[in-house]
Amino acid sequence: MPDSTSLPSAPLLTVEQLVVEYPVSGRTLSAVADVSLTVGRGETLGLVGESGCGKSTLGRAVLQLRRPTAGKVVFDGADLTALDGEALRLMRRRLQLIFQDPIASLNPRRCIGDIVAEPLVISGITDRTERERRVRDVLSAVGLDPDVVWRRLPHEFSGGQCQRVCIARALILEPELVICDEPVSALDVSIRAQILNLLEEMKQRYGLTLLFIAHDLAVVKAVSDRIAVMYLGRLCEVGPTEAVFNRPAHPYTALLLEAIPVPDPTVMPATNIATGEPPSPLDPPSGCRFRTRCPRADRLCAEKVPILHATAGGQAVACHHPLTG
Amino acid sequence: MTRALLSLEDVSVELPTPRGTLRAVDNVDLSLMPGRTLGIVGESGCGKTMLSRAILQLLPKRAKLSGRVRFGGRDLAALPAESLRRLRGPELAVVFQDPMTSLNPVLTIGTQLIETLQAHLGMDGAAAARRSVDLLAAVGIPAPAQRLRQYPHQLSGGMRQRVAIAIALSCEPKLLVADEPTTALDVTVQAQILDLLAREQRRRQMAMILITHDLGVVAGRTDEVAVMYAGRIVERAPTAQLFARMRMPYTEALLAAIPKLDSPPHTALPAIAGRPPDPTRPLPGCSFSPRCRYADDHCRHAKPMLADPERSGGLYACWHPLTLPAAVGP
Repeated sequence: MPDSTSLPSAPLLTVEQLVVEYPVSGRTLSAVADVSLTVGRGETLGLVGESGCGKSTLGRAVLQLRRPTAGKVVFDGADLTALDGEALRLMRRRLQLIFQDPIASLNPRRCIGDIVAEPLVISGITDRTERERRVRDVLSAVGLDPDVVWRRLPHEFSGGQCQRVCIARALILEPELVICDEPVSALDVSIRAQILNLLEEMKQRYGLTLLFIAHDLAVVKAVSDRIAVMYLGRLCEVGPTEAVFNRPAHPYTALLLEAIPVPDPTVMPATNIATGEPPSPLDPPSGCRFRTRCPRADRLCAEKVPILHATAGGQAVACHHPLTG
Repeated sequence: MTRALLSLEDVSVELPTPRGTLRAVDNVDLSLMPGRTLGIVGESGCGKTMLSRAILQLLPKRAKLSGRVRFGGRDLAALPAESLRRLRGPELAVVFQDPMTSLNPVLTIGTQLIETLQAHLGMDGAAAARRSVDLLAAVGIPAPAQRLRQYPHQLSGGMRQRVAIAIALSCEPKLLVADEPTTALDVTVQAQILDLLAREQRRRQMAMILITHDLGVVAGRTDEVAVMYAGRIVERAPTAQLFARMRMPYTEALLAAIPKLDSPPHTALPAIAGRPPDPTRPLPGCSFSPRCRYADDHCRHAKPMLADPERSGGLYACWHPLTLPAAVGP
């Protein structure tokens, strides 16, 4: 239930100066470095970046599945980093997660009906008929016939259908925020479109707020109101979807956009894509972390970490030499 | 007229499974001229990888291949193992999706490259080592001499794929089969690897088969595209023609289902309902008919053949081909 004391205009989720570090054989891997962002109620924030940029770690840190090293995660007025035990467990009912690999995230030995009912059992709903009614409702909502799928096991289903089951399981407690971590990247093109459409439909039906994490810019664009671009643990650019896509301010956003293969043979593929690959997060470059691949980098970029600031285009960018004012 | 480098005549691949015979590849005809690029596009389970394994003669032992795979005038299926081994490297090479599993984890990059050059080209150790450095430099690996002493796990995914490409190119093959070469890589690295393949292909006059699930990958980088569905080629045309004038409803639906960068957020995607048929239970008619919005009774009962009735250079297997340009589709 939404807290009635919170203002309707206040963001549902506020991440403040979040830092997540992992110890790796005596060294420190900085997976998320000083990230701040907000997600408004009913909004979809798309979080994009390449592998190892810290986008999944950020998602897990929001849920406190990975405890942040520093910073705050404020959900509906409550700082999740200060909660633990029962208080955190109760709060987590309002936040759910959908993973990339739908088959691996379902217990192979349990039937679909039990898998989807489990969150209800854990949250203490003892009435069997009540549980069954709610499981039936949510299975129908995600496009599965409860009578057909109830007694079946996950291996009897395709990846797309398993992802529908995962979505049903995430929605059964009627959460407010759902973190989708690469929910369609393991699926075929024709199935991917079905699942993206389903997520949009579920968002309307259950009044969800989504944090949608993906590496595919076109997929993120299809569902997001705002976009946040991450590179090597830091945010590069945040802004309304159309603004970021039409006038990217950060050179890394521009590079990502340029690199997407377009299904149109009249569009010549970009050549001379900024060479190199992201450096190791164990040893990130000083100053701006993108500078080693950036055509605009100079001494300032090596010396000073750029901080997010507003642009005329309506987005915020962390760059000393942004592409647009 | 130049002779085709590769031609497939009526190739089928069957695999025994506990549920019955699975027809992974179903009566495929293809040909590829020297130096040209063919894109094979399809979703998981459509048979594109089995087709590439049939070309490379790397099918699982229990698989049954029928039809003919002719490469440079020879029928590969009839060649003894030793001749086939000599063909691989200097004539036929392959790059797989996952460079971590195609490289040997306990041998250095150098050993793997040098071994290939010694075995196929008969080079001595020193010459092979020098050539290995050149090859690594050509595929864009910085500090190539140092890399020779490293193991695959010490390199990033993109670098490993560059090494796999260097090994594949090392004996100057006439045909390179690249099976989802960039699927495991990040988008900025994908663009670099596709560029690298295109550049090396032009430089070496090498023919290439690029297998992918992504229509975006084949669009700017192939001469011809074959679209596969349920084991068959359902449409095949020169790349520009295919995208400008799709005839097969499946191709159109596949393109429409991709989120486009130029559509506004929250645009509903025209998804393809349902999923491909069970390959152990082949349908009597068109395999796409259960999911096709143009299908009628005829489609459900009679299998359309891949043909070019209008002699436009584009082949399709459909009873009700599209007449509109793809852009006006759903």
